[in-house]
Amino acid sequence: MNHYPQAWGRPRNDVYGPYDHSYTHSAMPKTHTQSPAVTGTSVLGVKFKDGVVIAADNLASYGSLARFTDVKRIRTFAPNTVIGFGGDVSDMQYLDRLLQTLEINENYLSSSEHSLNARNLHTYLSKVMYKRRSDFNPLWNMMLIAGFDEDEKPFLASADLLGTTFSSPTLATGFGAHLAQPLLRRLMPNDEESVKDVTKEQAVDAVRACMKVLFYRDARSMDKYSIAVITKDGVDLKEDEKLENQSWAFADQIRGYGTQVN
Amino acid sequence: MASLMHYASLHSENPAYSFSEASTIPHSEASAGPRQHAFYPYTDNGGSTLGITGETFAILAGDTRSTSGYNINTRYEPKVFRIGDDDSSPIVLSVVGFAADGKALKERLDTIVKMYKYQHGKPMSVKACAQRLSTILYQKRFFPYYVHAILGGLDEEGKGALYSYDPVGSYEREQCRAAGAAASLIMPFLDNQVNFKNQYVPGSGEGLSLKEKPREPLPLDAVVGIVKDAFTSATERHIEVGDGLQMILITKDGIKEMFTPLKRD
Repeated sequence: MNHYPQAWGRPRNDVYGPYDHSYTHSAMPKTHTQSPAVTGTSVLGVKFKDGVVIAADNLASYGSLARFTDVKRIRTFAPNTVIGFGGDVSDMQYLDRLLQTLEINENYLSSSEHSLNARNLHTYLSKVMYKRRSDFNPLWNMMLIAGFDEDEKPFLASADLLGTTFSSPTLATGFGAHLAQPLLRRLMPNDEESVKDVTKEQAVDAVRACMKVLFYRDARSMDKYSIAVITKDGVDLKEDEKLENQSWAFADQIRGYGTQVN
Repeated sequence: MASLMHYASLHSENPAYSFSEASTIPHSEASAGPRQHAFYPYTDNGGSTLGITGETFAILAGDTRSTSGYNINTRYEPKVFRIGDDDSSPIVLSVVGFAADGKALKERLDTIVKMYKYQHGKPMSVKACAQRLSTILYQKRFFPYYVHAILGGLDEEGKGALYSYDPVGSYEREQCRAAGAAASLIMPFLDNQVNFKNQYVPGSGEGLSLKEKPREPLPLDAVVGIVKDAFTSATERHIEVGDGLQMILITKDGIKEMFTPLKRD
């Protein structure tokens, strides 16, 4: 017997000719998502005294190419939860289908008095995300979940591809975490205690202003966006908003890059 | 039989593997295959925790800031949790490091402690819970929960108990422990203020004959003062620490939670 353990149980070269490895190895290894392909940029969310506002633009980028310009990145979940997606669009569509199935099952099987609230959905989604990251097969998204909790208080929380979760009166994913979050926090000098002092109009205006700031400075953003206002009366989702009153007066003041040298 | 006649030739040349050497297979495939951009399943959410025991109490504390790099995710995300049934269980857990793992670990331990009570009709002792937590962590030895855990409570004699863990389950019962981003700032302070390290009895001798200040259990108000000082100082010098200080105090009379603001810059 051959004393090389690796050779045991295999046909011998000297008898059958050199072993053909193409039978044991497929051409490509099985792959998981290692980086996102078609992506959406920031999602913004702000609580106010009787609800939550959430917004995201309608662009799906392929790297630096503005590939799809009419992609709805905000979806509702009856009765009054809204989910905003950033990151990979195909993973968003998978999660959307998952939520659609969940919504149908809930409507058929559950009693009509009880329904899943925003906190329940946030827990559900964060567990899906954590399971997938633990399998090294992540869903490449950053999500904001907005609505009401079990005490009918405004709820806003985030879940991302690592399964990390957190909640705050104002939230922003992606580029918005750098540009919009500091502006939104001005509404809430005392964090959660400030929520009761913020009106719907203030919250909506702040979010719209931030969408404009993001359009000015985020190269992967667009001037068409969706905005959802969630109150006890239900969800008011507008999916075809245009950024208005843009002021590019600052543009010719910018120095240091582009065509002009100084 | 014919095949064996070739056997002699095997010795003269290279070893006759019936396949190319195992180590060469992945190498050649890696160079030909797609460029892999590995997914890294961990992140650091910053923050710091600490625990101190006294004669009849244990205290666990943590700041409430959650970070991603230089971003502040939120100013209020507690890191210290009550474990088990809310009324009777004297067990508290703090986790710092990767928040998603921390949350998963907390939820697992919480269910186990609850199930223990349902099955055995008595609350789990802190000692048993401490051993169980070590086992949970070690079960994921090769894909660890990236957290530094501290478990606190009261032991069978009613004395303050504190157990600290590394991410893979090594644990030890201690008087005090700091963990997380500012552990290296807080722990030496605790050594000095709780265990009286480098403190000597004045006038007890010269040089090596100086007598060490004997260790004595600290009263509750002194410990709360030390915890607050530790966190205000850590907030001053560490960017990932701040916003709020959550403290959970465990005594024979039950569990009390306290909250103090920290600097938000």
